[in-house]
Amino acid sequence: MRRAIRAEWAKACSDPAVPWLLAALVVLSVAVSGVTVTAARCPAAACGQDPARISLAGVYLGQAAAALAGVLALGGEYSTGMIRVTLTAIPRRRRLLAAKALVLGGPVLLASAFALGAATLAGVIVLPGHGFTAGHGFDLASWATARAWCCATAYLTLVALLGLGVTAIVRDSAVATGVVLGLLYLFPIAALAVGDQALKRRLEQIGPMSAGLDSQATIDPHSLPLAPWAGLGVVALWAAGALALGGALLRLRDA
Amino acid sequence: MIRAEWVKFRSVRGWVIAVVLAAVAIAGLGLSGGDQGTCYGNSCAQLTGPGGEAVSDSFYFVHQALTGNGTITVRLTSLASAVRVPRGGTRRAPVPWAKAGIILKAGLTPGSAYAAIMVTGSHGVRMQDDFTGDIAGPAVHAGWLRLTRSGSTVTGYASADGARWTRVGAVALPGLPATVQGGLFTTSPQWTQTSLGVAAITGSPSQSTAVFDHMALSWRGGTWAGTDVGGSSGPAAGPATGYSRAGGQFTVTGSGDIGPVTYGPSGIGTTPAQTLAGAFIALIILAVVGAMFITAEYRRGLIRVTFAACPRRGRVLAAKAAVTGLAAFAAALAGTAVAVPAGQRILRSHGVYLPPMTAVTELRMIVGTAAALAVCAVLAVAIGTIARRGAAAVAAVIALIAAPYALAVSIPVLPLGAADWLMRVTPAAAFAVEQTVVQYPQVDDVYAPAYGYFPLPAWAGLAVLCAWTAVFLALAALALNRRDA
Repeated sequence: MRRAIRAEWAKACSDPAVPWLLAALVVLSVAVSGVTVTAARCPAAACGQDPARISLAGVYLGQAAAALAGVLALGGEYSTGMIRVTLTAIPRRRRLLAAKALVLGGPVLLASAFALGAATLAGVIVLPGHGFTAGHGFDLASWATARAWCCATAYLTLVALLGLGVTAIVRDSAVATGVVLGLLYLFPIAALAVGDQALKRRLEQIGPMSAGLDSQATIDPHSLPLAPWAGLGVVALWAAGALALGGALLRLRDA
Repeated sequence: MIRAEWVKFRSVRGWVIAVVLAAVAIAGLGLSGGDQGTCYGNSCAQLTGPGGEAVSDSFYFVHQALTGNGTITVRLTSLASAVRVPRGGTRRAPVPWAKAGIILKAGLTPGSAYAAIMVTGSHGVRMQDDFTGDIAGPAVHAGWLRLTRSGSTVTGYASADGARWTRVGAVALPGLPATVQGGLFTTSPQWTQTSLGVAAITGSPSQSTAVFDHMALSWRGGTWAGTDVGGSSGPAAGPATGYSRAGGQFTVTGSGDIGPVTYGPSGIGTTPAQTLAGAFIALIILAVVGAMFITAEYRRGLIRVTFAACPRRGRVLAAKAAVTGLAAFAAALAGTAVAVPAGQRILRSHGVYLPPMTAVTELRMIVGTAAALAVCAVLAVAIGTIARRGAAAVAAVIALIAAPYALAVSIPVLPLGAADWLMRVTPAAAFAVEQTVVQYPQVDDVYAPAYGYFPLPAWAGLAVLCAWTAVFLALAALALNRRDA
């Protein structure tokens, strides 16, 4: 296992795509969060907005970079035929996928933690000046803010793993990108479009993006379709399901 | 050449399925119904103004019947607004388009013709008529107002001291009867505020109280009566309205609005753009297919065979673009032709108010959205040709078209200014073809792309996308000719 990880690490370091995507993840997340934090206002009247969600709005765009990093970690090998060499060196298919998941997950986790940490910090510093004060019932330096940061970081990592799993299933980076982004964005759009309230709530509970983003809530979590940790659990189930199916298919199919 | 490319396109089952899926996504999400409305049966009959447009007309009116020509002069000493807070009660807050002043109105029926001179919350003195007319006057916040009728012409004046008068504007109301209802009015529109783009919206009805004195009437004085015009049917109804009189001083409290209806969170219903929610899913699918149509050839080495068969590379690119564009257009058109008419019918049957559309506008929406999706697919072909690698091409297409559209329209988290900016300069601007409604500067609402209010007119948005596509096609042709396959 350790040799597999070292081999994957060497490949990841020599492929420029993944470091670039991690840089894109950091830049996009921080940029979108910066814009929303600067623009958010909480005038004294009814302001029921969640400061953690405003600070972490960068996740909406950062997740595309995370998903793409997951897709390219395996998809690149399929497009160049490198996968055959890799499987000759590491014939145990599920061990290979586990090594890839670890080598992908670690850097994505660190990059997300850094980017979202910066975004959260920006929110904690800027938002009180825009009316999100203790007087209005907001406490930004709280355990809930830290939980939102942890959940958003874990969410981006799980989205990258979902990308890896889907690529193992479809074996083509372009199709995998389409499928992952479709999965992420389809549920919220469908939830906006359906009229039936129960169905809408159900869609928001099972969709990876809406469930995962619910985990960032810091105010009034009981009004949401899912409790914060349960929301993260749904995303974890999606990623684990995709990886398990991808691992099984990798074993059954020829490369 | 085109036939060769069409055979290639047709023979990959995945692409054909994907294109059909794009059509199904547009139609399916369009028919899924959207939100539940509140207007059923008779209550759905929207009030229309003299120009035929949908209007709101609710305000508190202190009036008497006035026959023939004459002048009303009054001094407004204060205008104070308050919004309703969620836990009950009200809290003082500025309402920019709170209105108080003098009005001459054809009758007490909501929707009838009128002309008014007013002081607003923070837009100075205004002369407004027949719901859409709006003339800006001096930017004073309280002062003297005068309204004069001469035949069918009504002229408004404003003054800071009651001695030197500034003419704000004159309007012609041809259908004004000889006897009109004239007097003082106050109204105060729905107050809305957003953050996180339009993903988090808070709002509530507001009410405003104006204090008038030094009332001077050139007509022979009758008795004043108070009427809550538009009453409980207005969207902002609720707060206590009424008037009191102490000597020469009138205190009038009103809620509602006199003006054209909007379709954002402060307005009513929704715009027909709602029926095209599936266009985003179709966009992702068609962009991926478009990019792969060329990158798959590079991956399999088929591109060498293609160039051997047709050495003129520019023509290969043109044929690929034509096949992709036509296939995407046909599929998208099949989806939009179902989604727009049937989706509107379903929304209406759920009690959602939709603005009426002319057949030409509806056709523009159906064909325009299909055309925008088709040109996006062609742009994806061009990007795929430049990138040559599937994943890189799809990433570029998503970042360039789908991400701006998602952040501005589908899952709106960006602040309004940023969303508008994205819908001006990125290829996603083309979705302005879904625009069917007009923004009114004199009505406060959240005019966001997510509500069908796009910053560019339909043709300009489509032109932005076509410009992007032309540039990328030229770059792709250049790259094809200069590079080895």
